[in-house]
Amino acid sequence: MGRYFRRKLLIYGVTFFIAVTINFAIPRLMPGDPVARMLNRHSVSNSESAAALRTYFEDVFGFDVPLWQQYLNYWTALLQGDLGVSVFAFPSPVSSVVLDALPYTIGLLVPAILLSWIVGNGLGAMAARSKWLDNSVLPLGYLLTAVPYMWLAILLVWSGGVLLDWFPAARGYSLSMQPNLSWAFFVDLVHHWFLPFLSLFIVALGGWAIGMRNLVIYELESDYSNYLQALGAPRRLVRRYAFRNAMLPQISGLALQLGVVVGGALVTEVVFAYPGLGSLLLNAINNQDFFLLQGILLFIVIGVLLFNFLADVAFVLVDPRTRLGLEGGQS
Amino acid sequence: MALEVEDLRVHYRTLRGDVRALDGVSFGLADGEIMGLAGESGCGKTTLGKSLIRLDGRMRHVGGRAVLDGGELPIADDKAMNRRRYRDVSIIPQYSMSAMNPTRKIGKLTADLLRAKGESFRELRPELVRRLELVGLSEQVLDNYPIELSGGMKQRMVMVLSTLLDPSLLIADEVTSALDVSNQKAVAETLVRFRELGFVKSMVVVTHDLSLVYQIADSIMIMYAGRIVEKGPADTIINAPRHPYTRALIEALPEVGLEYGDRRLKSIPGKPPQLLNPPTGCRFRDRCELAHDRCIEDPPAVDLAPDHTASCWKVVD
Repeated sequence: MGRYFRRKLLIYGVTFFIAVTINFAIPRLMPGDPVARMLNRHSVSNSESAAALRTYFEDVFGFDVPLWQQYLNYWTALLQGDLGVSVFAFPSPVSSVVLDALPYTIGLLVPAILLSWIVGNGLGAMAARSKWLDNSVLPLGYLLTAVPYMWLAILLVWSGGVLLDWFPAARGYSLSMQPNLSWAFFVDLVHHWFLPFLSLFIVALGGWAIGMRNLVIYELESDYSNYLQALGAPRRLVRRYAFRNAMLPQISGLALQLGVVVGGALVTEVVFAYPGLGSLLLNAINNQDFFLLQGILLFIVIGVLLFNFLADVAFVLVDPRTRLGLEGGQS
Repeated sequence: MALEVEDLRVHYRTLRGDVRALDGVSFGLADGEIMGLAGESGCGKTTLGKSLIRLDGRMRHVGGRAVLDGGELPIADDKAMNRRRYRDVSIIPQYSMSAMNPTRKIGKLTADLLRAKGESFRELRPELVRRLELVGLSEQVLDNYPIELSGGMKQRMVMVLSTLLDPSLLIADEVTSALDVSNQKAVAETLVRFRELGFVKSMVVVTHDLSLVYQIADSIMIMYAGRIVEKGPADTIINAPRHPYTRALIEALPEVGLEYGDRRLKSIPGKPPQLLNPPTGCRFRDRCELAHDRCIEDPPAVDLAPDHTASCWKVVD
């Protein structure tokens, strides 16, 4: 088992290294010059002071050294926890900008992923044994998974926010409020959180329900189910075994789905103007903010790798077949 | 008689109509009898075995009945049948290699099953361990997952598990098909031992391996296209078969000690008829060398000896 995890950690390490390298390269391959943009923003007309400012900024951002050295500097700083200075929110450091936005994204993503997973699996398992439910859940599930995140988000903004006016259509909290630890602010936060959460929850739900339905049906028709039924075991026992075995692929599916949901969350945040990583990412791109862009992507990469690793661990714990495969079995 | 089956008809429902997999099957099984049930693929052997314990979703009980130890088996009633399964009728399935839940330890699985049937695992455990040792498995397998066992071990485990409640009738469905020759022999001998020790009263051994079933069976029943063509003592069926189909089957077997050289074993030309719309009369007549005009009519089951019957017009003459 130890060898398995050492190998896994190595693979995750290599993935992390490649991801960080790509992360470094992509903003630099994008067209445009961030320093020129900053100079524009400061509207410096005097060419002499413009040149001085340019040297200053290039020094601050570390653009005055060759690319390979920038790359090495990037790694050194990264390992010290320094992600650079944001261009767009100058002079705040990237880490604090990202950490401000992170709770919003996590607060949106984690409940949406887990609740849709739990509810979807329950719904799918029920659909597998009831003709009536199957006939309604299955088409609905296909419809929901096929819906693009942003389209559903726009639909929800329009219906729940504009037409019915039950929920605010944008932002993480009301403009009139300042973040604090009061009950009123919390209620306001949840009120704003609901629609974006719902859009992520609904789209993910359909996929889980369809997957679980198919898996349970497959397990119910497997040899061990047939054998139990031939020996007169009650449906309850057969279903319990089928459900437990069908859950195994769903656990690894949870990790795989994560990358997709993160992408969906980014788009959803933009639609709802929700102050999470997604909106921040859009701002970073619009302002050609290399460091912020890199910082956000780094957090996403770390998040996806972390969840995948957790799923690996969970899978080994719940499925004896993987566990025994690692230990070489015994008999 | 342990088991009496009368005119049993079981059809498979398909979109094109009913496939008559069992079309009027009648036979009896004595207490302590091991009956080999043979025939080529698609003749209804497995359907007959399944009908006696559990019809699957596509199977429909159309007519006939089965009586076990004086009480009728409610073949068509899945709920009522549940009480008889495992205790009175049990099965060793074709797929023993995958019959156990791969993610549950064998001991836990057994305990789950026994508890669901209202039995106490703790009380039965000593007997279970004794029987495991009888088939050469240690108590330790109860702490193993099914994947940790070899194919032969899984097969023996399922045999012990299926017969733990001492059923009156055991259906052994192609139990030796997936095993190598030495294991086949061991499994066959274990079946006989189970009967001698009283773990099971009588047994239907479904197989297409006539030479193997000859070694363990008291009687052999040959099926063709959903019907019984011949039933009799094992010796008679193998050495003096009367029905042309049985003869053809036996001629297709190689014999020990004979030099075959360039001579090829005989095979039966043609293939069994479609059971969607089965032909009238004798179903073997298209492939039969002895067929004549009379074969358009259904042949009667003729008693050739007290326990030997064959359904053929040639036997009548």
